[in-house]
Amino acid sequence: MAKVPIQFTLNGSEKAEFVESGATLLNALRDKVGDTSPKGGCHQGTCGACSVIIDGELRLSCLTLAETCSGAAIITTAGLAEGGVLHPLQRAFLDAFASQCGFCTPGMIMAAKALLDHTPDPSREDVVEALSGNICRCTGYEPIIQAVLTAARSNSQNVA
Amino acid sequence: MELRKSYFADVRKDDLHEIGQPRPRLDSPGHVTGKTAFFADHNFPGMLHLKMVRSPHHHARIRSIDTSEAEKHPGVVRILTARDVPHNVYTILILIQIGPEDETVLADGKVRWRGEAVVAVLAETERAAQEAAAKVKVDYEVLPAVFDMEEALKPGAPLVNEYHGQNYYLYDSGECRKVRFGDVEAGFAQADHILEQSYQSSPIEHAPTETTGCVVAPEGNDRFTCYTNTQAMFFTLDNTSIILQMPGSKLHFVGGTVGGGFGGKVDVIVEPIAILAAKLTGRPVSFVYSREEEMQISSPRAAEKVVIKDGVMKDGRIAARKVTGYTDAGAYSRHSPYGAQKGAGHYPGPYTIPNVWIDTYCVYTNRTPSSAMRGFGVTIGDFALEVQMDKLARLIGMDPLEFRFINAYRDGDMKAHRQPTEGAALIECMQEASRAANWPVAEKYMAMSSYEKEA
Amino acid sequence: MALALQTYATVEDAETALKAAGTRYLGGGTLVVRAANEGDVGVCTLVRSTDPALTGIDISGGKVRIGAAVTMAAVARHPDLAPLARPARAVGGPAIRNMATVGGNLFAPSPYGDFAVALLALGASVEAGGTTMPIEAFLTGRDDSHAIVTSVSFDLAALAGFRFLKVSRVKPKGVSVLSIAAVLGHASDGTVSSARIALGCMADRPMRASVAEKALVGARLTADGIAPALAAVCVGIDPATDPIASAWYRAEVLPVHLGRLLLG
Repeated sequence: MAKVPIQFTLNGSEKAEFVESGATLLNALRDKVGDTSPKGGCHQGTCGACSVIIDGELRLSCLTLAETCSGAAIITTAGLAEGGVLHPLQRAFLDAFASQCGFCTPGMIMAAKALLDHTPDPSREDVVEALSGNICRCTGYEPIIQAVLTAARSNSQNVA
Repeated sequence: MELRKSYFADVRKDDLHEIGQPRPRLDSPGHVTGKTAFFADHNFPGMLHLKMVRSPHHHARIRSIDTSEAEKHPGVVRILTARDVPHNVYTILILIQIGPEDETVLADGKVRWRGEAVVAVLAETERAAQEAAAKVKVDYEVLPAVFDMEEALKPGAPLVNEYHGQNYYLYDSGECRKVRFGDVEAGFAQADHILEQSYQSSPIEHAPTETTGCVVAPEGNDRFTCYTNTQAMFFTLDNTSIILQMPGSKLHFVGGTVGGGFGGKVDVIVEPIAILAAKLTGRPVSFVYSREEEMQISSPRAAEKVVIKDGVMKDGRIAARKVTGYTDAGAYSRHSPYGAQKGAGHYPGPYTIPNVWIDTYCVYTNRTPSSAMRGFGVTIGDFALEVQMDKLARLIGMDPLEFRFINAYRDGDMKAHRQPTEGAALIECMQEASRAANWPVAEKYMAMSSYEKEA
Repeated sequence: MALALQTYATVEDAETALKAAGTRYLGGGTLVVRAANEGDVGVCTLVRSTDPALTGIDISGGKVRIGAAVTMAAVARHPDLAPLARPARAVGGPAIRNMATVGGNLFAPSPYGDFAVALLALGASVEAGGTTMPIEAFLTGRDDSHAIVTSVSFDLAALAGFRFLKVSRVKPKGVSVLSIAAVLGHASDGTVSSARIALGCMADRPMRASVAEKALVGARLTADGIAPALAAVCVGIDPATDPIASAWYRAEVLPVHLGRLLLG
C-alpha cells in the first residue's frame, strides 16, 4: 500500500507521519499520531464529533484526507488546556454540565472555539448556528449553549 | 434549581445534604479535555477489522454461502460463518430463564429480517474487509414476510421464528401476559360512558453519537480483553461465555464509558463474534458499527399497538379499564418478552380503578429485532393512557387535570396487581404541576394528599 | 485496494487521470470521502487539482464568476453576493460550509444540492472541460460527465430579484424537505415580467418549475395573483421518499412554501 509522508503541526507541536494516501485526517490523528480527542461518530459529515480546526477554520476530520493537510496547523480539544489549566470553554463546559456521555464534547468545544476565535461576543443565535453541525443526544443542547455564552463572557472579562 | 420542601414536610426528615446541591461530575474533566477513553480509543498493532455480510431480504432461506472469492481477496485473514460459532443459537434473557434460545449469532439456513448478520469478514484494513464482504456470495430463496403484528397473529401468516413455533411469545400464562382484577364487564355495564380507542407507534432508533462496537485484544494466555461500549457489562460477559462456550474467567470486559446508549447498547451483538474472531486469528479485532448499521441494524424501541377500553362515570370515576397491548419484537426476542410484560405491569397507569383486564402480547414479525429503550414497555403505554385520559375528560366535560385527581392512586389503594400502593406522591406532583403550568384546579384537589385521605 | 489520492497541478492533468476506472474527483470531500467511508468500494482513487483556475470569486462587467473550489463559507461571507448567503448557509453546518464547494454542490443528489437550486434559478452557466453550458444541460448530463467543473457564472443583475427558501425539520441545520429559489423580474405596473423558479428535492436533482413560471408572468404578487402558479408548481415533479419526508408530503407542502416565498 502506498504510504505518503505528511507533516503538520498539532496543537503547536510538529508532527510527521507516513499514512496511506487515502487516509482521513481523523484516522491519521487517532491511529498514527495518537490524539483520540476527535471522535468518529458517523464518518459522513453529519455529527460533528470529529471536528478540528485547520488553519483557523472548523473542519470535519472524517471527510478530510490527511495528505491534504500537509503543512497545516491543526488544533484539537486535546491541546486546549495549557499547563494543566483548562481553557475557558473547557471550564465552562465542566461547570455548566454541558457534557453527559462526553462523546460529542471535543467536537462541540472545537466548534465553539472556532466561533469565539472570530466572534468573541456572540449572541445566542450565533452560538446555536455555530453548533448546528454538531449533534448531542444527551443534553438537549441548552447547557452547551449556556456554556459557550459563559465562556465568551469570561473571556471578555479577562481581556477587560 | 428550587427544592420545594413543603411537600411531605411532616413525614420526612429534612436532612438532605446532597440533593439540591450542584456537584461536579467525576467524568467531566476527561470529557472536556478529550482524555476520556471510549472503546474505540484503544488501538492495537496488527488489529483486524470485522465487517458483516448482511441479509438483503426480510425473510429468506439460505441455499448456499460461497466465501471462496472473498477469502482470496488481498488483506483478508479469516471469514466466519455459523459453523464457526460454538453455541450459535442464543437468547440474551436466558440468564434469567426466559427462553427459548431463538436467535443466531450468524445466520444458519435462514434469515428473518433485512440486515441479519450472515458472514463475518476479518481483514487487515476496513477497506479490505468491505471489499471482501462484497465478494461473499449468498444464494437466497426469498420467503413471504410479515411486517404487521395483527397480520402476524392471523392464522396462516408466515412463521417468523421456528424456535417459537408461533408468531407470539408463549408466556407461562399463555399467549399473553394477563392481569385480571374485579369484574371488568360488570364495570362497563354500570358505566355512564364507554370509550374504546387504539393507539400505535413506530420503532424509534436511539441514535447514539457513538456507534455500537468493541475492540478485543487477546492476552496471549487464552484470555481476551474486550473494550466495549455495552450498557450491560456482566450481562454481555455471561452471554458471551455461553455463546463461545468459554468460562467467564477467560473474558475480561472493560467498559462503562458509553458514548450515548439510551438502552440501545444492552443487546449482546458485537462482543461474542469479535472475541471469537480474536480467538480464531490470535489477533486484536475491532468491530464497530457504521452509522448506517447503527440506524438500521441496532435494535430500536419496539413498535407498539395499545387498545384501551374504558367505562367512565359522569362524576369522573373510571369504573373499568381493559387494555390490550401488542409489542413488535421483530424477528427475535431480545428484551421484548420482558418489555411486553412490563406493559402488563404498568397498565392501567397510576390510577385506582376497581375493574381491570390487561392482555399484553409479544409478537414476532420480519422486522429489525427491537429491544430496550428508556422505559420500554411503559413509555408508549403512557402516551396511550394519557391521551385516553384527556379524551375521557372531554367526553364527560371535565377538566383533564381534575379528572386525574379524582382517579389518582393514593397510598393504601389496592392496585390491579394486588399490591397496595405505597409512597405514591402523584397527588403532590399534580399539585405542583398545576402551579408550575398555571393550570388551576378546584381548591379541594389542592387540599388532597397522597397519604392522608380526606374525611 | 486501499483508497488513494492523486494531486495534479492543472485541471487538464486531473481530467486525464479521471479517465481511469474507479476514479472520482475530490472537491471538498463531503460527497466522495463520505461515499468511501460508507463502504462504496467503487471509489478507488480520488483525484484533485490545485489549479488556481478553480478558486476565486470575480465580479466584473456585470458577471459573477465563482471558482468551482470556492466553499459555501466563502460565498456566504462575500459582501457583493449577499443574496446568495442564504442558500450558501443552507448547506450543512459551519464545518461542512468550510469544506463543501460550489462545484461539488452541482453533483449533490437530492435531498442535498440546495446551492445548485439557487444557481439554477439564477440561470447560471457551468464551465466544465473547457466548454460552457447552461446549468440545465449540465445537471441533465452530470452523471455521465467526466469533465471537471472549473467555475459557474451568472449575471450580477439576477441577484436583485433573487429569493430562496429551504424547509428542514431540524433548525438551523437540517437536510431539506424541499428548497425553492426564484428570480423574478417586475414590470413598471408591478406585475411579474419574468420568472425563473427552481425546486430542490422534487426530482433526483434540481429542476425548473416551468409551468408555474409561465403562470406567474403577468401576475401580481398577491394571494389571488399567484394562485395559478401555486396550482401549477407540482406539474412534472417526482419527489423522493426518504427519511426526511415522503414524496406525498413534499408534493403537498410545495405550493404552500412557494406561496410563502412569493408573498414573503
